[in-house]
Amino acid sequence: MMAPGTSWYVGAGEAREIRALLTDFLADTAANTAMLLDRGGRLVVCEGEQPAFDLTTFASLAAADYGANDQLARLLGEPEFSGLVHQGERDAMHLADVGRQLVLVTLFDVRTTLGLVRWRARPVVQALAALLPRLQGQNAGMPAAVVSADFASQAEAEIDKLFGG
Amino acid sequence: MSMINYASREISCKLVYYGPGLGGKTTNLEFVYEKVAPASRGKMISLATETERTLFFDFLPVDLGTVRGFKVKFHLYTVPGQVYYNASRKLILKGVDGVVFVADSQADRMEANIEAMQNLYDNMQQHGYDLTRLPFVIQYNKRDLPSALPIADLQQNLNPGWVVDDLARQKPLADPVHAGEWLVSEQDGQWIERAQWFEATAITGEGVFDTLRTVSKRVVQALG
Repeated sequence: MMAPGTSWYVGAGEAREIRALLTDFLADTAANTAMLLDRGGRLVVCEGEQPAFDLTTFASLAAADYGANDQLARLLGEPEFSGLVHQGERDAMHLADVGRQLVLVTLFDVRTTLGLVRWRARPVVQALAALLPRLQGQNAGMPAAVVSADFASQAEAEIDKLFGG
Repeated sequence: MSMINYASREISCKLVYYGPGLGGKTTNLEFVYEKVAPASRGKMISLATETERTLFFDFLPVDLGTVRGFKVKFHLYTVPGQVYYNASRKLILKGVDGVVFVADSQADRMEANIEAMQNLYDNMQQHGYDLTRLPFVIQYNKRDLPSALPIADLQQNLNPGWVVDDLARQKPLADPVHAGEWLVSEQDGQWIERAQWFEATAITGEGVFDTLRTVSKRVVQALG
């Protein structure tokens, strides 16, 4: 059983490595934006063109979309769908699983092709999956806890202000 | 499973409102949406049927503000209560940091409450999460209705408690909200813990913020 407080920790080093991977990926594919989110619907990193829409909402919907399709795959007797594509008239998005924990979302348009995005996404997904243990706090180099008792008491004061009713 | 992003200086936590169909989960979120300052909340998303029953989930992001240099965000979700939407319910629990169980106080909804509570335990277990170790609050909703059962009946059926194995936690803990009640107490030689609970009438907002305040405080306490 998972204890409370088991978290994603995205340190500066991890964020730098993720951004470098995604920057190269975008350069290789001419896609517009690459995002990494967790299966729970939270955004880790957004690289490339910053979309005009609300990223929090997008991450929530995209993770649910991917999760639902994952379940559809199982219903069909497939262990997973290797990727998911939504194609519009001009813009499209590609979603790929990263170690069953994260989702790589790529936004692209007519300047590139789905085949190229898919092909170039594969090694990126593998490299991102290799970072998972570090993102789950399984390294010793974690910064001193920001979430001290002091943090909790200050956060609780903010909660009283915001949810005071 | 909170996300602490040291690079973007953000912490985001996921709260899920669970419970039987038509129990008031969406009403809770709608009230929060109406009352929280617009600058502190995002757009509320509802994936609902044409009859406004929750089909997949409702989603409301709320920004707590900056605490010790970190932007703290709560992502509030509801699940569809209807029995046959279990796949959706289970999906939404992924990565949850805190759970609010919204029970319907009406006598004829007791079976549905019990079924939903069992389903919550089952789905949490299937994700590998231990509900007794996560921030977990029960809200007894619809207290304004004449058919609402006494709290004692609801507590007996929905919040009978679980055995506390951790020796450090085997000490009396008074319920801070209800005088004379205990969250942790010794009974017949066993230490039993119950979830914190609140009475509510979500349609008027009564009890909505009491519930949310408590579960969100427990989530930030658990971050350490």
